[in-house]
Amino acid sequence: MTPFLPPDWLPVIFAGLMALSILFYVVLDGFDLGVGILLPRVTEEADRDRMIAAIGPFWDANETWLVLGVGLLLVAFPSAHGVILTALYLPVAIMLVGLTLRGVAFEFRAKAHDLTTKRRWDHAFVAGSVTAALSQGWMLGHYVLGFAEGWAAIAFAAMSAVGLAIAYAFIGAAWLIWRTEGALQRQAIGWARLAIWPLGLGILLVSAVTPLVSPRIFDRWFSFPEVFLLAPLPIVTAALLLGVGNLLKHMPFPDDALRRLPFWGAVALFSLFFAGLAWSFFPYVVPERLTIWQSASAPESLSLILAGAIFVLPIILGYTVLAWRIFGGKARDLTYY
Amino acid sequence: MDALILARIQFAANISFHILFPTITIALGWVLLFFKLRFNGTGDDKWMDAYRFWVKVFALSFAMGVVSGITMSFQFGTNWPGFMERVGNIAGPLLAYEVLTAFFLEATFLGIMLFGWKRVPGWVHTGATVLVAFGTTMSAFWILVLNSWMHTPQGFEMREGVAHATDWFAIVFNPSMPYRLSHMLMASTLTVAFLLAGISAWRWLRGDRAPSVMAVLRTGVVMAAVGGPVQAFLGDAHGLNTLEHQPAKVAAMEGNWETGGSVPLLLFAIPDEAARENRFEIAIPYGASLILTHSLRGEVPGLNQFRGEHPPVAPVFFAFRVMVGTGLLMIAFGLFGAWRLWRHGELPRFMLWGLVAMTFSGWLATLAGWYVTEIGRQPWLVTGVLTTAQAAGPVPAASIGTTLALYLTIYAMLLVAYVGTIYRLAARGRIAEAMPGNVMPTPKGTIA
Repeated sequence: MTPFLPPDWLPVIFAGLMALSILFYVVLDGFDLGVGILLPRVTEEADRDRMIAAIGPFWDANETWLVLGVGLLLVAFPSAHGVILTALYLPVAIMLVGLTLRGVAFEFRAKAHDLTTKRRWDHAFVAGSVTAALSQGWMLGHYVLGFAEGWAAIAFAAMSAVGLAIAYAFIGAAWLIWRTEGALQRQAIGWARLAIWPLGLGILLVSAVTPLVSPRIFDRWFSFPEVFLLAPLPIVTAALLLGVGNLLKHMPFPDDALRRLPFWGAVALFSLFFAGLAWSFFPYVVPERLTIWQSASAPESLSLILAGAIFVLPIILGYTVLAWRIFGGKARDLTYY
Repeated sequence: MDALILARIQFAANISFHILFPTITIALGWVLLFFKLRFNGTGDDKWMDAYRFWVKVFALSFAMGVVSGITMSFQFGTNWPGFMERVGNIAGPLLAYEVLTAFFLEATFLGIMLFGWKRVPGWVHTGATVLVAFGTTMSAFWILVLNSWMHTPQGFEMREGVAHATDWFAIVFNPSMPYRLSHMLMASTLTVAFLLAGISAWRWLRGDRAPSVMAVLRTGVVMAAVGGPVQAFLGDAHGLNTLEHQPAKVAAMEGNWETGGSVPLLLFAIPDEAARENRFEIAIPYGASLILTHSLRGEVPGLNQFRGEHPPVAPVFFAFRVMVGTGLLMIAFGLFGAWRLWRHGELPRFMLWGLVAMTFSGWLATLAGWYVTEIGRQPWLVTGVLTTAQAAGPVPAASIGTTLALYLTIYAMLLVAYVGTIYRLAARGRIAEAMPGNVMPTPKGTIA
């Protein structure tokens, strides 16, 4: 198999694919984890079932984007994978335990023989979702600081952990606004309104810290003419926050109009924030240490994967859209087959 | 304990826990398709009942496989960074193709298979079942390609200490791949056969006379009767392949110290690696020579030929006997059960209790078999290319120990919950569907 691209480009393409997978994961499993974080806010059994039903057919495929993202890191940038996962050994292990609990609690609660057992699995579901969200946020914080050590780094990572959990709760609430109705939907609107301002604060904090810890990133953001190219990013983000915040004040609308808007607004916010981070760190895959070219696998192996990915990814997106169409509309009962 | 041994225990614990569930889902996916097709063909509700019961077990097993599999995908990097640095150019594409061709397919269509019942036409639902079964099998294919390549690597060259692929066909179709893959697929078939038969026998013994119970019991017993002998044949072929490519592993399996002819088959012994001899041998003369070379005087490799380079003897030796012993028991149960069902139409009570006892026998045999092949590969991670010690990472022992304790606790808890839930589902039979949170509108034409 001969490479069909200049070898310099392969790592860039793979970095793009990896970033896209991680963004897909954060958005898609983000709303699953968010619903898990919000579950304890609801005591009514039927409402809990409805919340679970709203993510039931999706969570497994959503989680697969994490496997693809980490898988691409592993196969395309093996040495960076080693450095990152060794540095994040403990939070990764904690996240895995969280994801394990979340994933199986789902199945076990549906098969519980009495309410006590079901509630026990609900607790596991919530604990798993919260743990996974916090540890992912913790990892994000550590990554942004280039795995720096010391109290300041720990404080920042802790803040980032809480920030991501709030972000997930927000997108989870936005998903529920789309997928539920009646009292539950009104509750979800309330949660989204509560979460959106801390979310904005979190975005602001990470955006402020990133250029401060690295002169390279500072230059990248505040040099001419990039500053004009990048200016739309914070402006659009601020507009989105204000727009969605204002929209939520007036929801729900008659005929459930605009029910999808908070969710897509959340998707846009996540994407912009992610694009900002990607712009800051490119071409480093381990901040300030390893670039994508230094850590890339052999070009012949990468082109083989790329050939498969170009062929298969559209098919995956196709049947993902199919599943979304089949499970469109409001979640009412958990109709397990 | 040092970090290397802890990292190995952690990875072994994880992979042992993980393999339990794919071993069920690989074959159970096809069994579900069989139930669905039988229902489509005959219109007999018992097949739909069987589908509706076993799809729950499938969903539960699938979730357990997914979460433990994700853990593994991370542990490649956290526990064995040297693995990807040395052979990532080969392992990488194989793993990537698994994610691209199997994971998304299974995960997405599982949603449709489980929750899409009332939302899609019947043929789409059957199609989703086909794609899920196909996905689990594809996943097994890629993983076994990679695993086999690690045992019998070819189709690559080393440049500056890193493996580079030269011939992908040779990598995929490496010498042990066909044997290992078919042996594993049949292991899954047998595991599911005894799970189906064991749970159904238990329901029958508890007085559950739903037509689906007998139908599933028969399915399981027939699968066991056909699969058992086929597995014995495949296992023998796999053993001969191992003899050719990894003679030290076979020497450990046989507990044979000196290379030579007319080697007896050890039924039992306690290998003593320090003294380099066996204690308490019970043997069949010429047995090992006959099995491995198909001649009474044939030469069998001995461990002393591979001093310092052979795997730890006792675990390989005992695991092999556990696997073969369980396998022989499975063959006996399968053949006897099928004969009784054919002659009398039902099974005697002692046989039903026997099947209950054998419910998870497939797990035992599968784990024992994996221990034989994976411990038997030591000290190599990739034969002749990379040792396990070389692949280990710089993570301190304390971190690994802490997370190991965490994983073990969770796994023990989940295993108990899993087995308990399956028995509860079986005990409640079809009442299960009426539970809140499990609300299931009865599809037209089925008994609720």
